[in-house]
Amino acid sequence: MKVIVNGEPREVPEGTSVAQAVATVSAAGSGVAAALNDEVVRRSAWDDTPLREADRLEVLTAVQGG
Amino acid sequence: MTVQNETDPLEIAGERLDSRLIMGTGGAPSMAVLREALVASGTELTTVAMRRVDPSARGSVLDVLRECGVRVLPNTAGCFTAGEAVLTAKLAREALGTDWVKLEVIADERTLLPDPIELVEAAEQLVDDGFTVLPYTSDDPVLARRLERIGCAAVMPLGSPIGSGLGIRNPHNIALIVEQAGVPVILDAGIGTASDAALAMELGCDAVLLATAVTRAQSPARMAAAMRHAVEAGRLARQAGRIPRRHHAQASSPFEGLAT
Repeated sequence: MKVIVNGEPREVPEGTSVAQAVATVSAAGSGVAAALNDEVVRRSAWDDTPLREADRLEVLTAVQGG
Repeated sequence: MTVQNETDPLEIAGERLDSRLIMGTGGAPSMAVLREALVASGTELTTVAMRRVDPSARGSVLDVLRECGVRVLPNTAGCFTAGEAVLTAKLAREALGTDWVKLEVIADERTLLPDPIELVEAAEQLVDDGFTVLPYTSDDPVLARRLERIGCAAVMPLGSPIGSGLGIRNPHNIALIVEQAGVPVILDAGIGTASDAALAMELGCDAVLLATAVTRAQSPARMAAAMRHAVEAGRLARQAGRIPRRHHAQASSPFEGLAT
């Protein structure tokens, strides 16, 4: 199925979890947050939250700014 | 009176900060330069932005803050709507484990001025959601009052546009904001050099937030030290009570007893 991770279209297997998708862009154990279709998914729920066709996943971290 | 040993902490939302200089991390040419500047500034609270992870990025600003023992203050820089700012704040809370947020909702990229309508909307939502909201606002005393009434933990009026280094363009408005505020007033944006930071404190601001003036200075660590001293000097001067301005001179030496 097709999903969008940080603005990039991707082909991932059915049943791919938020945790698995996040792992493709970040190996950080902390300091990272994810939003699925503009809703924050708590880290504790990443494993049990599956992606669906056309989902938009945003994975953010802190950078220099302000 | 032992002025040197007096403690004069800043309190925001019940939390104590011994430094009244809040730093930003944007614009530093390297993490090493940033680290030096943060140490020289003596800051205890420092902003970061939230962005999509870059798998090729080396070194994290979070590591630098941790090493310096500085508390992190995520911002919502780059957000144009209340919705974007609220989502960014929630992501920051999840990523960084803090419910403090520097709320920034800008109107356009050319001026980076705050959009007051979106700002108030976002502040209301975030306060309701339990955030400690520190809003970057224009120097409008009425808007500052509205933000305080909503429940913001501080108000952060600009001195002049972000990164402009134009200093405090409307000192009178900053003084009006200070006069009415029941929460800390933090001069945010526009500081160009140390005298601007000192002026902010002399006007009665509780703290100064700056980034560019330090990170893009020729010697960031030196400028950071200058800002630290300027904030302390301005604070002391405010507390000391300046003399009134006079139109004519007033001799400080006596006229009596002159040799004639």
